[in-house]
Amino acid sequence: MEPGGPLMANFLQQVVSGLATGGIYGSLALALVLIYRATRVINFAQGEMGMFATFIALWLIESGWPYWGAFFATLAIAFVGGVVVERVVIRPVERAPAVTVVIITIGLLIGLNGAAFWIWGGETRAFPSAFSTRAIHVGGVAFSIQDLGVIGVSLAAVGLLYVFFRFTKLGLGLRAAALNPEASRLVGVRVGWMLALGWGFASVLGALSGMMVAPLVFLDPNMMRAVLLYALAAAILGGLDSPIGAVVGGLVLGVGLNLISTYVDFIGDQLKLPVAFAVILAVLLVKPTGLFGRTTVRRV
Amino acid sequence: MPPLLQLEDVHARYGPTTALRGISLTVGEGESVAVLGANGAGKTTTLRAISGTVKRSGRIEFAGQSLGRRGPESVSRLGIAHVPEGRGTFGELTVRENLRLGAYTQRGAAFKADYVRVLNLFPWMADREGQQAGTLSGGEQQMLALGRALMQRPRLLLLDEPSLGLAPSIVGEIFRRVKVLNAEEGLSVLIVEQNAVVALDTAARAYVLEVGRVVVTGSSEELRRNESVRRSYLGY
Ligand SMILES: Nc1ncnc2c1ncn2[C@@H]1O[C@H](COP(=O)(O)OP(=O)(O)O)[C@@H](O)[C@H]1O
Ligand SMILES: [Mg+2]
Repeated sequence: MEPGGPLMANFLQQVVSGLATGGIYGSLALALVLIYRATRVINFAQGEMGMFATFIALWLIESGWPYWGAFFATLAIAFVGGVVVERVVIRPVERAPAVTVVIITIGLLIGLNGAAFWIWGGETRAFPSAFSTRAIHVGGVAFSIQDLGVIGVSLAAVGLLYVFFRFTKLGLGLRAAALNPEASRLVGVRVGWMLALGWGFASVLGALSGMMVAPLVFLDPNMMRAVLLYALAAAILGGLDSPIGAVVGGLVLGVGLNLISTYVDFIGDQLKLPVAFAVILAVLLVKPTGLFGRTTVRRV
Repeated sequence: MPPLLQLEDVHARYGPTTALRGISLTVGEGESVAVLGANGAGKTTTLRAISGTVKRSGRIEFAGQSLGRRGPESVSRLGIAHVPEGRGTFGELTVRENLRLGAYTQRGAAFKADYVRVLNLFPWMADREGQQAGTLSGGEQQMLALGRALMQRPRLLLLDEPSLGLAPSIVGEIFRRVKVLNAEEGLSVLIVEQNAVVALDTAARAYVLEVGRVVVTGSSEELRRNESVRRSYLGY
């Protein structure tokens, strides 16, 4: 082995493991961005919706469902749940000021959190992973299969969503409704339903991030609190109205935080959250549109 | 036979502001009609009342159907294409996507045929399919809006101030297109304009609005001869 090999190997391992957590942050960040683009509001309940879905997944698995069966059933349930939440909770305040809607999402956060405590209790539970925790060795570097699996699932979800938004008529309708609702109505796009579908897709991404993070941190009703803050940092870093920005922001944040906590002694695991906050603050001060956001937010 | 579009005593308001105080007008099948008037007269609101983007009362009938309770998603499906003030361009989407949106309620096969037709009308679009619509010039955006409206396969086209902010030569070009569509394809058109000269050249009939009411109506010929119309809107 060449000199410095172990250092390099450690670095690569940390990058891959950062990409895995980054994929989780990116998925949830993308969920935030989907809703922000359509309504100019941050859905603070996005994490709790994912947590709730993850409990449903665990319940299915404990009732004897195979992992992937429970996984896809949960995504379907999350989709319907997201649509229903929009129709029932958000629709009535559609025309209200943004602050009102934000307060509603915070109420939703508290409500879902309380409901999860009430139904499943507050103790932490182990959540199974779809992937082995063993490692595969590539030229002296040990990659965790779990990390690679999480990266694969996140990328697959983002890729599918990209194809849907970019190449289908319904996807075009969703984008149009977010960009220019009035002109969309004039060509026959049912904008109200597009908003509901957007909530459905966001909810699926939230459920995905919940099921991916649960094996790493254990499942309890507060599991997604920190993840939501990282996702928010990622979304702001990438630009709140940029889907690509959310994913890139998530990956950059995941890798960056992992490297910082590995190599900067005094930061370590406990200080990751403050670092994420520092990122939010710095971006808002220096470049409020983020890496990929638009300076000109046009709303006609 | 009743006219294609008929408005009778239509009122509309924005909160406390009354914009329409009893508008009555008709557009016959295959007819081309203009609505003239000063800024704030209620021209835009008249179109919005038809397409359902403002709350309105009174009778609005299109091809035997009442529009009064329909929203824009439903009115557009009946065959009314409304190019709104400011053109309604989706600036961040491509030229092709803007046209695709026009065909949103059509089947996939209809899209292909109509797309070819629009590219034949506006050949420059073929080379710029992938360009973001927001980067087009004003005149190009107006043509794109016209193309998008045609993709809707409308029976009635509503145009809100197509001349706004455009150079005279481009205004002429756009109105010529509209005139051809009306004359050769029998497309019914209702055009709102402040530029009365071009509007009267294109339309066969016109209505003049003042503060939410129709004050004069007649053929374009008659309006050109009308003393007060000439002084207020034609400027000679
Ligand atoms: N969104 C709006 N909110 C409040 N008032 C409006 C709005 N749009 C138009 N108005 C008012 O309604 C009246 C008619 O406006 P409009 O139909 O836009 O006139 P025009 O198109 O002839 O210039 C005007 O007095 C205008 O100030
Ligand atoms: Mg106007």
